[in-house]
Amino acid sequence: MTTSEAAPLPRENMGQPLARVDGRLKVMGRANYPADIPVNNLAHGLLVASGIARGRVQELHLDEAHAVKGVLDILTHDHIRGELEPPEFGTSGSSSIGPLHDDKIWHDGQIIALVIAETIEAAREAAMRITVDYKEEQPSTSFGSEGTETVAASEVSQQFKEDVKAGDFETAFDAAEVKIDVEYGMPTHHHNPIEMFSTTAYWQGEELTVHEPTQNVYGWKVEIARQLKIEPDRVRVISPYIGGAFGSKGPITPRTAIVALAARRLGRPVRCVVTRSQSFTTQTYRAETRHHIQMAAARDGRITAFKHEGWEVTSRPDPYVVGGTKTTGRLYNYGSVLTKVFLVKTDRPTPSYMRAPAETPYIYALENAMDEMAVALNMDPVEFRRVNDASQDAIEGKPFSSRSLMQCYDEAASEFGWSKRNPQVGSMRDGDWLIGMGCATAVHPANVAPCAVRITLRDDGHARVQTASHEIGTGVQTVAAQLAAEHLGLHPSMVQVEMGDTRLPPAPVTGGSSTTASVCSAIIKACEEIREKLARAAVTANDGPLAGRDPASVLLKNGRLVAADASQALKDVFKHVGSGVIEQYTEFRPDGASPDAVSNLYQGKMEMVSGEKGDMIKYAFGAEFVEVRIHRRTREIRVPRVVGAFSGGRIMNTRTARSQLMGGMIWGISSALHEATEFDWRSARVVNRDLQDYLVPVNADIQDVKVILVPETDTHVNLAGVKGLGELGNVGTAAAIASAVHHATGKRIRELPIRIDNLLG
Amino acid sequence: MLPFDYERASTVREALAACAGSSEMPPTGAPSQFIAGGTNMSDYMRLGVTRPSHLMDINLIQDASLRTIEIGSLEIRLGALVRMSEVEDHQEISRRCPMLPESLKVAASRQIRNMATLAGNVLQRTRCEYFREISWPCNKRNPGSGCSAMDGFNRQHAVLGVSDACIATYHGDFAQALIALDATVEIAGQGANRRIRFAELHLQPGDNPEVETVLRPDEMITAIVISVPGWAARSKYLKIRDRESYAFALASTAVALDLDGDIVRDVRIGLGGVASVPWRAVPAEDVLRGKIFSEDLASKAADAAFANAKPREHNAFKVALGKQTLVRALMEVREMKL
Ligand SMILES: Cc1cc2nc3c(=O)[nH]c(=O)nc-3n(C[C@H](O)[C@H](O)[C@H](O)COP(=O)(O)OP(=O)(O)OC[C@H]3O[C@@H](n4cnc5c(N)ncnc54)[C@H](O)[C@@H]3O)c2cc1C
Ligand code: SF4
Repeated sequence: MTTSEAAPLPRENMGQPLARVDGRLKVMGRANYPADIPVNNLAHGLLVASGIARGRVQELHLDEAHAVKGVLDILTHDHIRGELEPPEFGTSGSSSIGPLHDDKIWHDGQIIALVIAETIEAAREAAMRITVDYKEEQPSTSFGSEGTETVAASEVSQQFKEDVKAGDFETAFDAAEVKIDVEYGMPTHHHNPIEMFSTTAYWQGEELTVHEPTQNVYGWKVEIARQLKIEPDRVRVISPYIGGAFGSKGPITPRTAIVALAARRLGRPVRCVVTRSQSFTTQTYRAETRHHIQMAAARDGRITAFKHEGWEVTSRPDPYVVGGTKTTGRLYNYGSVLTKVFLVKTDRPTPSYMRAPAETPYIYALENAMDEMAVALNMDPVEFRRVNDASQDAIEGKPFSSRSLMQCYDEAASEFGWSKRNPQVGSMRDGDWLIGMGCATAVHPANVAPCAVRITLRDDGHARVQTASHEIGTGVQTVAAQLAAEHLGLHPSMVQVEMGDTRLPPAPVTGGSSTTASVCSAIIKACEEIREKLARAAVTANDGPLAGRDPASVLLKNGRLVAADASQALKDVFKHVGSGVIEQYTEFRPDGASPDAVSNLYQGKMEMVSGEKGDMIKYAFGAEFVEVRIHRRTREIRVPRVVGAFSGGRIMNTRTARSQLMGGMIWGISSALHEATEFDWRSARVVNRDLQDYLVPVNADIQDVKVILVPETDTHVNLAGVKGLGELGNVGTAAAIASAVHHATGKRIRELPIRIDNLLG
Repeated sequence: MLPFDYERASTVREALAACAGSSEMPPTGAPSQFIAGGTNMSDYMRLGVTRPSHLMDINLIQDASLRTIEIGSLEIRLGALVRMSEVEDHQEISRRCPMLPESLKVAASRQIRNMATLAGNVLQRTRCEYFREISWPCNKRNPGSGCSAMDGFNRQHAVLGVSDACIATYHGDFAQALIALDATVEIAGQGANRRIRFAELHLQPGDNPEVETVLRPDEMITAIVISVPGWAARSKYLKIRDRESYAFALASTAVALDLDGDIVRDVRIGLGGVASVPWRAVPAEDVLRGKIFSEDLASKAADAAFANAKPREHNAFKVALGKQTLVRALMEVREMKL
């Protein structure tokens, strides 16, 4: 295997940079995403969305729409009422708002009808001809709007039962020599995966099949069945490829069951693709957060007091909590900690998970504060973090299972050339361009969840790995093939992987960066069980080269069962087994999960064992360094260089790991400089509803992005030793950029995104 | 979207004939409309912003002059159907007047520029978010319904040439170079052909923001003619935006400078991203003309350019940015080595 920047040479405890097994299919356009699946006799559905954010639908005028040639059906709340159970807010469901379940409007762009037609064009024309009479009420948009309601998160959320704290913050803060008291804000973000959201549903008799991009096929199957009031076993959810998810395809939204109902009414398959504009209001999103941080330190740089208060926007009915204080409260060796999270209820859709949901906003605030504190102390920001590096967490005093934060800082700083930075604000220039450099910590909990897998090994050395996990683009299929091949002693091309189908053994939601850890742990366990079966057969056979050996001493290698001085071809070992195929079904249940964890998985209920659970804190770490350039007159901000070093336990594949981390940092740049969903504050409606106005970086914005994988071995996290890297890369980047902007200009911008507007004058 | 008939014209006459009969309304509201590259038209039809029932495709009109770039000693004549990328790639135009190709190079993406025509480009409609999403009240799309942007989220909106009815920005880049050079537009009509100054093509919103140009529905732009002075070799298009590429201007400027030593003999300034129509900054030109060039003078010119700016809640930064953009461009063209 050749290595390159895209395929880094594996260091200690890292797997080979195997190229993606589905890469060729994808670049040739042959990977069928759910809305690409050919379906016979398809009817096309189009959502109709409300033009107000709060009130009631008084009347929908449908006559003109029905008159459009090709229109088959128009579903409104009159048709749904009583037919569907309302959606639920929880781990599988995004919201309790049943958009078509009655006439109430909870938020802008809520689904108020579904038009079904022979063609998408007819559906579109019909949708445009629907007019609505509303009874409008004044909505509350966000923080500071009239009519919001603020509640303590710990009082209303099942997921967030207490605010972490330790020691006596007030006394320590009052007594300290150096203090800061600052506020930060992160705006609303939408995931905007390039693959549009879609549902394709059809009934064969009583059996429902749903093709939809999802990160949670089992959870959805159960939830779809519940809403349609049928048995879960009659529902099949298929999602072999997902074109970007980032959390947006994790919890199910109410559209899916509505489309399935439409297909049942019509007796015909229905496909509904959500338009880009509608995805801003009918899908989930990261709501805006505000942060108040008070920090105090001794002159030597030791932090003595840390307080982090967060305010998060949510919908009226659902207490969705981000709650990143559980991570910020543990990150450094603070003398005392006080945290509090508040929810602010508004007339908006229920927010939900988005790549590093808790860490992205909360660490953004903390790492900004760390930089401000370093400046207040006149200390190098890297040294400030070193002084406050922790060996145990500040809240419960538990040790970290492993913590390579400062190794990450040192490797990244050296690659970046941090020592050449002149700390003086505004001191570095290149012609008309002001140069700034900054850094920040990345952190994400190492989560793991129960997972079942079936591995089939044939006597000719072909293997198949089946588990209902999800290829959202991270490369999990590749890593699964690679790992099974390694443990079964096969070439990766001999291993076929099947995922994304409820006919396969259940895997957890692809979220919380837990997939590689969970799926790989299950695969390792299954392969070991296969090896043991084969070994037992070979050593207990009456004849053959391995007869009489210790079964623990024989391994699978190059298509053979191998002992120190003898080996036997798989084909012959299978003769001892007495079958041509071994079909191994294995359940992996992580430490800390309940005994019913796997059977719960079959019921669509998942138990994520989070990084804070158990007697150790399990976190993945990283350090990110950025250089920004800002034109002295026109103030546009460019990012020529980013270097990130990350440690994540075992790295399964250096190529896919790098790709995740690189993509993460690019998204970090995006959140720092580009992304924000803008609202019309009078009406609580989204203004920028497409990729023209919801800005993300283009290629020209992204220049040198370097990823360093720092070796780390952690035997505590899970069987596979994997911490998960999917969400680590975009944590911290925005803070590093804010620090660099300050270094270049002396301006501390505490509200994202940082734009020309903030830096002029 | 509305079902529509699609037809291809093979002569200009044929195209015009199809669009006759609806001459009382602006072309963008007429039942019959032209489609050229379609990059703006097809987008806005899908969004429901414009709803023609008949599309006349002008791409296959046989008249070769519509597709020709003619370089004369004094004039450059660009056929209406010339693609943006063709001018962008043109060495001779680039040598004689860099700001023309530069203004195209920074527009949209190369894929779009390969499709989009010059006439279509200058006639592109605003990107105002409230205009593009049909559920909002908008005076331009639905006359008399009100302007949602006025007191809404108006970061990208105009500060110059705005009215109480509409503050939408004219977003095109190429038009700023054309207006700076005082280009001429050739128009074919049902009755007679006419030539007008490019500066007269677009109309400020006033009380009727739905009327965007002086064109009638049965008139077609056939060419853009530019007389390029020798000194336009010292020219530049500078575009400031939220990201490095594929974004409309927050502020931009097309600047050409005629220097006699340090004395400004002549100067032309177009401003983009800040005004309701292609914008020539005549007051700024007047400040500069005949004076000794300096950074201070450039700043005074910039102040003059924005003296009548009318910022709203979210776009006030455009005044400062517009000025800085102009000063920077002037400083940079002054430094150009010819
Ligand atoms: C994603 C995106 C980004 C963009 N970014 C930029 C940018 O940064 N800068 C910029 O300047 N532009 C930008 N544009 C706009 C783009 O340049 C225009 O869409 C394009 O130039 C229009 O040309 P066209 O030939 O496709 O016109 P069409 O879409 O075919 O037509 C546009 C209009 O002109 C009329 N028309 C066309 N030809 C004639 C004629 N000969 N006579 C009379 N009427 C005519 C049509 O009826 C229609 O009303 C962007 C567009 C997109 C989609
Ligand atoms: S600015 Fe003009 S285009 Fe935009 S909403 Fe107002 S009237 Fe419509």
